[in-house]
Amino acid sequence: MAYEYKPYNFVAPAGLTAPEDKKKVVIVGAGPIGLAMAIELANHGQPSVVLDDNNVVSVGSRAICWSKRSLEIFDRLGIAERALDKGVTWQIGRTFHRDKEVFSFDLQPDEGHKMPAFINLQQYYVEQFLIDRAQEIDLIDLRFQNKVVSLDQEPNGAILDIETPNGMYALEADYVLACDGARSPIRGMLGLEFEGEFFEERFLIADIEMEAEFPSERHFWFEPEFHAGQSALLHKQPDSIYRIDLQLGWDANPEHEMTPEVVIPRIEKVVGHSDFRLDWVSVYSFQCRRLQSFIHGRVIFVGDSAHIVSPFGARGGNGGLQDVDNLGWKLAAVLDGRADSRLLDSYDRERVYGADENIATSARSTKFMTPADGIERTFRDQVLNLADKAEFARSWVNSGRLSKPCTYPLDAPDNRRLPPSARPGTVAPDAPLAGDWLLSQLGRDMVLLALGRPAPDVGGCRVLSPGTNDAIRTRYLGAAEGAYYLIRPDQVVAARWVDAAVEEIKNAAASVWKGI
Amino acid sequence: MTLVTHPNLDEHDAFYAELLAAHRGLSDEESHALNARLVLILANHVGDLEALRAALELARK
Repeated sequence: MAYEYKPYNFVAPAGLTAPEDKKKVVIVGAGPIGLAMAIELANHGQPSVVLDDNNVVSVGSRAICWSKRSLEIFDRLGIAERALDKGVTWQIGRTFHRDKEVFSFDLQPDEGHKMPAFINLQQYYVEQFLIDRAQEIDLIDLRFQNKVVSLDQEPNGAILDIETPNGMYALEADYVLACDGARSPIRGMLGLEFEGEFFEERFLIADIEMEAEFPSERHFWFEPEFHAGQSALLHKQPDSIYRIDLQLGWDANPEHEMTPEVVIPRIEKVVGHSDFRLDWVSVYSFQCRRLQSFIHGRVIFVGDSAHIVSPFGARGGNGGLQDVDNLGWKLAAVLDGRADSRLLDSYDRERVYGADENIATSARSTKFMTPADGIERTFRDQVLNLADKAEFARSWVNSGRLSKPCTYPLDAPDNRRLPPSARPGTVAPDAPLAGDWLLSQLGRDMVLLALGRPAPDVGGCRVLSPGTNDAIRTRYLGAAEGAYYLIRPDQVVAARWVDAAVEEIKNAAASVWKGI
Repeated sequence: MTLVTHPNLDEHDAFYAELLAAHRGLSDEESHALNARLVLILANHVGDLEALRAALELARK
């Protein structure tokens, strides 16, 4: 069934009649990133105004694959349950060459995590759930049909001119968060440009509605019979909607390719019948690019406005949510005076690092999927050729490496006797915990996790000292009999010790608030 | 692991002859493909990115 778009009401903002008080945070863009940002800030007690030039959720399914980490973030934002109920859960990906399976991956082979590896859920549902949640929160002032038309930076803030159906008004803010997407008008207003790589390739993307017994898996084809010489991708979404991506080549004319007379016969060849309804269609090319810096004065870029990647690793929307996760607690700490503004520099440093990893990984996949003629194609084709004959080559077949959070390069106390999967800079691995989950217990505070060790009083962090179980031992202790883990509000491991004096822990916690 | 550049294959003349023999009768395109497969197979056998990077560097000199 087709999604029913319900326009949200425009409410005339107070600023149209009299100047409004200076805001702490204005968020530009009510897509998944802007909305998540507002809720995350509210979770940390900070108010924000969210401006969107539109009054409906995403047209078309767009971002559909939400990773385990994104679901964990959604859980803190209060929409994970709805997302899981509605979404299609999956963890297996299969890659085919012609009609033969050459490689498969399981993104969550072990048990004991609250969240699954991935769900597929159309972006319009994610936005709808986030809007519903945001509208329950008093700290969030969500304004539809409020279009930012200019931005002036001041030493301690920025002034925005905003166009509404009832006229223009201005808002002043301590910080402006540009969550306005890949084509970011704010980026343009500041005269900033992306740097990076553009790929000369076009893909058709289509959502179709059909009744089918297709498994909840990701399927990718190199050179399938139904789409000779090119690549294809199939994902199952809720509401009997399937996402199909088809490689078209650089010479394809996007306008022509999007007409139903051209699209429908292509899809018929993929699914083998004509019993489907075309729900949405688009043609895209890929870029793997980013801003050199994500912070410019009092304007902070978050999500696609800061960095864009080719889509096959699901690293756009998920990468953006990791930005939100990283920035929320830092900006909140700066706004309430707990930390000075240098803490924000670590957002720039860490998320540039994360974006570079996503860009490098996505660019590698794109090169494999759409090799240039000549030696690039030779190597690609020979990997596929060998995948039939030798086990090693199967894992070289690259149809996209799916989003997982990066490990930040932290210069922090560590003990190599403890398992590498929970080393400083990584997101703390989840584990079952007496009828609950470790990540739920960590919440959004700075936490000292004391395992098999006495729980000391460390000012400024909550101490959690659960009993151990197999999952905790495997993921956090390894061969050690006990350990301390200092965990940041974004659930990233900040430091760890097999044993530590209170002073060492306090010093490490102080470093976290300084962003070093 | 550092890249081995001292003599390490005693039967090098035999391998050289077998390498040429493997290419005999192939078109340029088929030869390129064979070489590509060989690079991939040997890279996996070496199994060490540092050594492979040194090999790339030496080959590009």
